Amino acid sequence: MKKLINDPADVVAESLRGLAIAHPELRVDHPNRVVFRGDAPVRGKVGIVSGGGSGHEPMHGGFVGVGMLDAACAGEVFTSPVPDQMVAATTGVDGGAGVLHLVKNYTGDVMNFEMAAELVAAESGTEVVSVVVDDDVAVQDSLYTAGRRGVGATVLAEKIAGAAAEQGRPLTEVAELARTVNARSRSMGVALTSCTVPSAGTPTFDLPEGEMEVGIGIHGEPGRRRVPVAPAREVAEMLLEPVLADLDYTGGDGALVFLNGMGGTPLIELYLMFGEVVQVLEKAGVQVARSLVGSYMTSLEMAGCSVTLLRVDDDLLRLWDAPVRTPALRWGV
Amino acid sequence: MADEISVDALQAWLRAFAGAVAENRDQLTKLDQAIGDGDHGTNMDRGMSAVVAALDDAPPADAAALFKQVGTTLVSKVGGASGPLYGTFFLRLAGAGGAGPWDAETFARALRAGLDGVVARGKAEAGDKTMLDALIPACDALDAALAAGQPLGEALTAAADAARDGRDATVPMLARKGRASYLGERSIGHQDPGATSTSLLVETAAAELG
Repeated sequence: MKKLINDPADVVAESLRGLAIAHPELRVDHPNRVVFRGDAPVRGKVGIVSGGGSGHEPMHGGFVGVGMLDAACAGEVFTSPVPDQMVAATTGVDGGAGVLHLVKNYTGDVMNFEMAAELVAAESGTEVVSVVVDDDVAVQDSLYTAGRRGVGATVLAEKIAGAAAEQGRPLTEVAELARTVNARSRSMGVALTSCTVPSAGTPTFDLPEGEMEVGIGIHGEPGRRRVPVAPAREVAEMLLEPVLADLDYTGGDGALVFLNGMGGTPLIELYLMFGEVVQVLEKAGVQVARSLVGSYMTSLEMAGCSVTLLRVDDDLLRLWDAPVRTPALRWGV
Repeated sequence: MADEISVDALQAWLRAFAGAVAENRDQLTKLDQAIGDGDHGTNMDRGMSAVVAALDDAPPADAAALFKQVGTTLVSKVGGASGPLYGTFFLRLAGAGGAGPWDAETFARALRAGLDGVVARGKAEAGDKTMLDALIPACDALDAALAAGQPLGEALTAAADAARDGRDATVPMLARKGRASYLGERSIGHQDPGATSTSLLVETAAAELG
């Protein structure tokens, strides 16, 4: 393992220390490992809290700021945060209009956020609504698994719900928008290499040269199948085929297309892949309404990418275009 | 009330469990790497070390206070799925057993409440390849042995045997909960890490409370 770290046990704390210095507009609660928007709580505005295991940067701390998240909880690497952190985040962003918890569908995240919501309900008057994101078509949504994983759509839900909250919309409406984004989004990912969790020291899985794993999650979980490495054109088809089979993206206002890097793939390859993705979409009759290309939800240094499509309408597009000022996403300001 | 279980004995159980988790830390992580996200040993060890530190710092006066402290510590320190599941288990133990002195019957009733808590929190059932596959047979064996008039020591030995058998029975199972469920058929042939740590929990109870 070669990493720019000191002690594997200190990676999350020391990374948050750097983030706090680099972004003085944020406020970091180090004991609780919560990244707050500097001006939180914003009076009368719905608070938006997300969080999860670390190692997915900029998800979630990099999305804290005006127009997106009010707070993000950072767990250990690939381990969900604990309820105490979420309670601190929730009470810290409550501006009197309630708080939305945006939760990725992983057993640990769901259970810890559930306990946090119970604790908040028992201890304060803050109203909390939770929306669970589960957009990964690689996993069958059935009674026989923990359900589809939450992946790329989380970024889109955080942006759109964040914009709605910034406009002063009420909690029920902000939550409903997050649910809509989730319901209209599907994602699929591919890994070319494994990542190495600092405390483990060895790669999470063994992926020989010449092979790739199709249908991965964001922790290096195995995917649907292992296949020989293919040209980008074929990878784009492999990823989009199940996405397009699951939801209709033709007609209307088209789709927001999000090509996400897993941390170890350079932008030159991501833009190349995006070109291929758009070609497949054009063939399928899907109109590209908005694009987002970059490494926004990573798995440490894993090479690979995921594609997320969101079927948009006017309201969603306006919220997507609304100003956002965070370390990792910033426009219109 | 016959055969009161002392708070010291219950504390000794939790310390023994912490020891067993530390000793099996790498094995638990290895089992979890095969079908989960590879942090079960690390997380449980971090949690149980914190439990021991809290016990050293301020030993609770009664069983309910003890288990409440253990439950809150695990919820606060572990994260992942194990934190809420083990945390809920111990918090329910505290609530069901109450502050008065505990006997074998109280202990069995509390354990059953802990089991119910894990079911409610994790929404899993027997056969899903989770910690419940060790915990359910252990509670059943404990209840049956106590109902048959066996003393607590023997009843807990029966429970520990049942937990171990339940743990071994997870090997051929297809996972339906947690991250292992994404593996589908590929989860078959691996022992469940949660059932393994739960088996340690019941085994150390048999060793310390018998």
